Amino acid sequence: MADQKFETPAFRELRENPAIVEDAMDHSQPFVAKPEHQEPLDFPGELVENWEQKAVEKLGDLLDKNRALRVYLDSCVKCGACTDKCHYFLGTGDPKNMPVARQDLLRSLYRRHFTLAGKIVPGLVGAKDMDKEMLDDWYKYFHQCSQCRRCSVFCPYGIDTAEISMAARDIMDHIGLGQKYSNEILGKVHVIGNNLGLPEPALADTLEGLEEDVMEEDGVDVKFPLDVEGADVLVVTPSADFFAEPHVDGLIGYGKVFHQAGINWTLSSYASEAANFAMFIGSYEQMHKVSNRIRKAALDLGVKRIIFGECGHAWRVAYSFLNTLAGPWDFLDPKYPVPQHILEVTHGLIQSGGIKLDPEANDDKVLTFHDSCNVARASRMGDMEGGQFIIPREVIKASVNKFVDMDPQTTHEKTFCCGGGGGLLTDDLMELRVKGALPRMEALKEVVDNHGVTHLAAICAICKSQFTKVMPYYGFSMDMIVSVHQLVSEAIQLGAKEDV
Amino acid sequence: MSTLSVIYAILFYAATLLLVVGLALRIKLYASTPAPLKIPTMPAPLTKSGAAFRIFKEVAFFESLFKSNRWIWVFAVLFHAGLALVLLRHVRYFQADVWTIITLIQPFGIYGGMAMVAGLLGLWARRLVQERIRYITGPSDHLMLALLVVIGVTGLGMKYVMHTDIVAVKAYFLGLLRFNIQDLPTDPLLLIHLGAVAILMIVFPFSKLLHAPGVFFSPSRNQVDDPREKRHLAPWAAPMDADREA
Repeated sequence: MADQKFETPAFRELRENPAIVEDAMDHSQPFVAKPEHQEPLDFPGELVENWEQKAVEKLGDLLDKNRALRVYLDSCVKCGACTDKCHYFLGTGDPKNMPVARQDLLRSLYRRHFTLAGKIVPGLVGAKDMDKEMLDDWYKYFHQCSQCRRCSVFCPYGIDTAEISMAARDIMDHIGLGQKYSNEILGKVHVIGNNLGLPEPALADTLEGLEEDVMEEDGVDVKFPLDVEGADVLVVTPSADFFAEPHVDGLIGYGKVFHQAGINWTLSSYASEAANFAMFIGSYEQMHKVSNRIRKAALDLGVKRIIFGECGHAWRVAYSFLNTLAGPWDFLDPKYPVPQHILEVTHGLIQSGGIKLDPEANDDKVLTFHDSCNVARASRMGDMEGGQFIIPREVIKASVNKFVDMDPQTTHEKTFCCGGGGGLLTDDLMELRVKGALPRMEALKEVVDNHGVTHLAAICAICKSQFTKVMPYYGFSMDMIVSVHQLVSEAIQLGAKEDV
Repeated sequence: MSTLSVIYAILFYAATLLLVVGLALRIKLYASTPAPLKIPTMPAPLTKSGAAFRIFKEVAFFESLFKSNRWIWVFAVLFHAGLALVLLRHVRYFQADVWTIITLIQPFGIYGGMAMVAGLLGLWARRLVQERIRYITGPSDHLMLALLVVIGVTGLGMKYVMHTDIVAVKAYFLGLLRFNIQDLPTDPLLLIHLGAVAILMIVFPFSKLLHAPGVFFSPSRNQVDDPREKRHLAPWAAPMDADREA
């Protein structure tokens, strides 16, 4: 699909809601997983024979295992509160991208087979049997949800479409209809340890290169250790941090912070990936398997703490799920939360004076900050409610003199997804990604025009990759996007503590 | 005792049974289904009492809906608050000696009835006028509104247009409570009103009205934000830990 033709949506003058355009995104779907992507995850290689029935059975299984799914499928009253909250709806106008309509794609099957009304009077309550048409809709539209949870903020019952999308993707995987992007990546993680398929020698080489770069630029011997047994801290970061811009500048920032604070740390080649794509496909079993690579690495290396790098969905799995999936962490130092976010560490060091920052180093920039959806609405930092909004901003403000927030309707818990989250960061969905970025781009445009903002800081590998790719469609330079620790990296005062 | 009185008696006994048993079973199902992961919509309260307060704000003030859409919020509050007053006003039909509080509430119950119908009509209008909501509205959504409007309008109709013998109605319901069926007046508004109420009770546990118990069981609203402090593990997921290498 290299020749996808589509128009970048125009900025909406008054943020009015788009008119409904039925089937506007009916042509959008990701590449289907081949048997070699499915089978390593214990999913059928291709659509199984009696898939209609198997889908219903899997739905029943999930209903018994997940209270959220059952309550959410029952509780929706179709009030319409969510209809204008999804970035994919705002960017495309396709009514099936309204959260309630997306949920209804699954709810119709639920009602048909698991509710009395749906069995007796299906037409009245929108109950439908599974057929090819329904499956096609599922594959298309459950891959137009980035699981960002914005709808769940606004729903009077907290119905989270992410839970519905995850369940639908899990069902599709179990009948042999997987998404190539996510499942291929999970296969790499199981074999090699990271999404990029970067083996240990390549990783070691890359890290050595970083040490040379920092030495050349700053004249300081900052180490990027790999597989060091007996290190105090295991750092787990998205593998994009190992090579892509601006991610790698963030990794350099972590290295400088640890260097300056005297923290003895290591990366692991076995657990060289923070992201856990199993969440995207809604598979608890896969999520468990991927997470336990981190447990094994922590045990093998004998570390005392675990720190995660900048990544959104990864931080959700780390903060909210890691204790469940890979705990208990009783073998680690109880003085520290498990895991910690790199921003919690840096923020603590700024406050304690463990590192010194000179914000003048970033005086060529005016910053704004994109709250990553899964950090904002699915996790926390620090010890107070809403710390995930405060801590990144405080670290940015300590590193930069000029900072402006975007429209409050688009930040904090109301933040818009970048448009590429939840397993959609693949070129076969480029049209969706560009259109889904519209609300964020509009808010950015406002602060660029009115406050001279030059850079957009993000704390998620997906956000960074997505913005790098889609910003040019909206007339912004791809260099505008920076890692928060890239700003720290510029501002940090390296050298002997007495000199600082 | 007329045949009609017996038919309505059977109807109300059956409706009550279905409502109570149906809801109890549903609530039991919600309560016994595990929530395998911590998924509160953040930022979320850090304590149990905080989470309880969050649910309270959701139930009493429709906090999320307020953030979301002011018009739906206004109509929803009119309807639900009105309905609450109406229900309280009707308690007198089930008490031989009416509590003072219920006596005091009587006039407000009337305003409640009006607010309820106004709210319902507002919500209905949105379903017809607003393109997005029209798209997601199904036949059952219209029927549910119609049913509630019929209940409200016939109730108000008996107050302002065609009175019924409410003393006899009260005797009838007190009789039902004692399994002693009295004569029910046969005014058409009353029969429609009571029939619609019985239908509402019957469909409650099988319809979207399950949002009422559902909101209390919604993990995104009722969970405490403490996943790093406390290991949260579903019984079905626990055995998986035995399979891991370390």
